[in-house]
Amino acid sequence: MNEKKSTPLMHITKRKELPWYKTWTIRLAAILLAFVACAIVTMFLTGDNPVQVYSTMFYGAFGTPRKRWILGQEVAILLCVSLALTPAFRMRFWNLGGEGQILIGGLACAACMILLGDKIPNALLMLLMFVTSVAAGAIWAMIPALCKAKWGTNETLFTLMMNYVATQLVAYYIIIWEVPKGSGKIGIINQNTNAGWLPQVGPSKYFLNILIVAILTIIVYIYMTYSKQGYEIAVVGESENTARYVGIRVERVIVRTLIVSGALCGLAGFLLVAGTNHTITTTIANGRGFTAVMVAWLAKFNPLAMIFSSLLLVFFGQGASEISTVFGLNQSFGDILTGIVLFFIIGCEFFINYQLHFRKSAKKEGV
Amino acid sequence: MFDLVSFIPRAVSQSIPLLYGCTGETITEKTGNLNLGIPGVMYVGAISGVIGAFFYEQSTGGQVTGFLAVLIPLLSCLLGSFLMGLLYCFLTVTLRANQNVTGLAMTTFGVGFGNFFGGSLIKLTGSEVPSIALSATSSYFSKSLPFAKNLGWVGSVFFSYGFLAYLAIVIALVAAYILRHTRTGLELRSVGESPATADAAGINITRYKYITTCIGCMIAGLGGLYYVMDYASGVWSNDAFGDRGWLAIALVIFTIWRPNIAVLASMLFGGLYILYLYIPTGMNLSVKELYKMLPYIVTIVVLVITSMRNKRENQPPASLGQNYFREDR
Repeated sequence: MNEKKSTPLMHITKRKELPWYKTWTIRLAAILLAFVACAIVTMFLTGDNPVQVYSTMFYGAFGTPRKRWILGQEVAILLCVSLALTPAFRMRFWNLGGEGQILIGGLACAACMILLGDKIPNALLMLLMFVTSVAAGAIWAMIPALCKAKWGTNETLFTLMMNYVATQLVAYYIIIWEVPKGSGKIGIINQNTNAGWLPQVGPSKYFLNILIVAILTIIVYIYMTYSKQGYEIAVVGESENTARYVGIRVERVIVRTLIVSGALCGLAGFLLVAGTNHTITTTIANGRGFTAVMVAWLAKFNPLAMIFSSLLLVFFGQGASEISTVFGLNQSFGDILTGIVLFFIIGCEFFINYQLHFRKSAKKEGV
Repeated sequence: MFDLVSFIPRAVSQSIPLLYGCTGETITEKTGNLNLGIPGVMYVGAISGVIGAFFYEQSTGGQVTGFLAVLIPLLSCLLGSFLMGLLYCFLTVTLRANQNVTGLAMTTFGVGFGNFFGGSLIKLTGSEVPSIALSATSSYFSKSLPFAKNLGWVGSVFFSYGFLAYLAIVIALVAAYILRHTRTGLELRSVGESPATADAAGINITRYKYITTCIGCMIAGLGGLYYVMDYASGVWSNDAFGDRGWLAIALVIFTIWRPNIAVLASMLFGGLYILYLYIPTGMNLSVKELYKMLPYIVTIVVLVITSMRNKRENQPPASLGQNYFREDR
């Protein structure tokens, strides 16, 4: 009989942990490949040579001091949201509701500015804005967390839905507060008095935001790495049963972590409304709640590595928008490039976690 | 007075993209793949159809024949969304990447892809038309049965839609039948519930995941095609498709993973989606924004209630969102 033993061409095994320099070499190679792929796509669409394309992108991101400040500000806000999501992700709680938590934080902040601006001292107003936005974000994240802890409700889908509830809530208040009536937007809040605007510290109006987020990065890093609560989060994330066994109250950890996560998202909303835009729109979060998921994941939930991953994504966003301006293309070009970069980095994780073994040449084994 | 005869056809035509998205996502999730890239896939499906139709209309100079005018956009839509499905499978099944991150990246990419080509197609091809308006092709997509107009309200409620609308219902019913009553459906569900068991029983996990996810994406892509060709009469405008992709994912939960329920539930969602247009609020426009929340609130309520009642047949597939690696057991 024709008994043919078929060995698959290759098989996959899990790797032991690689030394850090090897993992980063793989990631860097993926990023470089992604750059090449992006250059090819851009060349194809604009008909320019790749060096030209990347110099345009660099100019768009770093070209002038103003562009550098905008880049810093964008990185800071994205980093803030990513930091917010980190504790939840470490716990394997997929908080996809960052978008909604930012919006609701921003809404609370704008509400204070509109309703209380000029009625109470500015310092008190600032404090109130800060507290309400952080609280609003925390509550928005706490609702899915409570359901998850009590009934095991699927958090991915719950937090996702909460985004749209928040969006519509903001749309509702925009119509109530719109200035002038019928315009469908709020416009700059307290333009004459600047009540509730974060003061300009240092060289640029964006500097304070960047400073706050820089401090926050260190705090989150310490919280996740050295605190007891950070450790509990890691244990719950690795194995709920182990956590129960060692006496961690899992439900409490879930709710507490999500309060932290939502509060930091609310803080991002506060920074956006009080620090940068001084207004609120339904698109103020601008997809950051989702982009931050990828930023946090790319950095393997390490707060310090997130600085680089958020810089990478913001660079592509800003650079691509410069390309679209120069070549008269649509602004969404940035999303395409970001997508390509992400696909490459997502794909490269495979080579970090797994190893390929090819079939040894059958003749050598003497069949 | 609440005008049902004009409300129902509008609710139904709103519901069709949701139904396509929901059916596609349901069969994908049944094999354990939580594809959050569906919103992106629907954009890609829509724009691929538009690109196909655009080149076809350009090449014929407006003299389109019905058969090709339907076939070309349909095939290019299916191809575009199939490629997206293949990409998702390659990353999550073969390379075992995280499903949530891959899905979100696909949504970013797909929405960007749609808006980019929607906004730049004319410039890139250097043609001399002011905007993408594929009215010639679109007229074949939105053609309803000839006798619909003579039937009064019956005609407008039941027979006033293009063929893609009926196709959506057929696909949903067929999917429901296959999932519940065939051997394939049983194996497919077992892959989603417990891949290790299915693997031990000799079911090819990888093949099932690839096939269902790609077919699911193609079905979802048709939803985008329906929206742009029929509902929007062939006029592409950026971001017009909006958050319907996410709503389709919400619908999957709402229907507790059953495409046959989705036929009616999508119409309910479609109705909720446009209810604000029909509720008399007088001058108070702001309340309308609150009505737009309804589909999401309803989904959340269903999600919480199903998890509270904890009935086994209403739960998400047990391995949803997790990749299968044989040596992990």
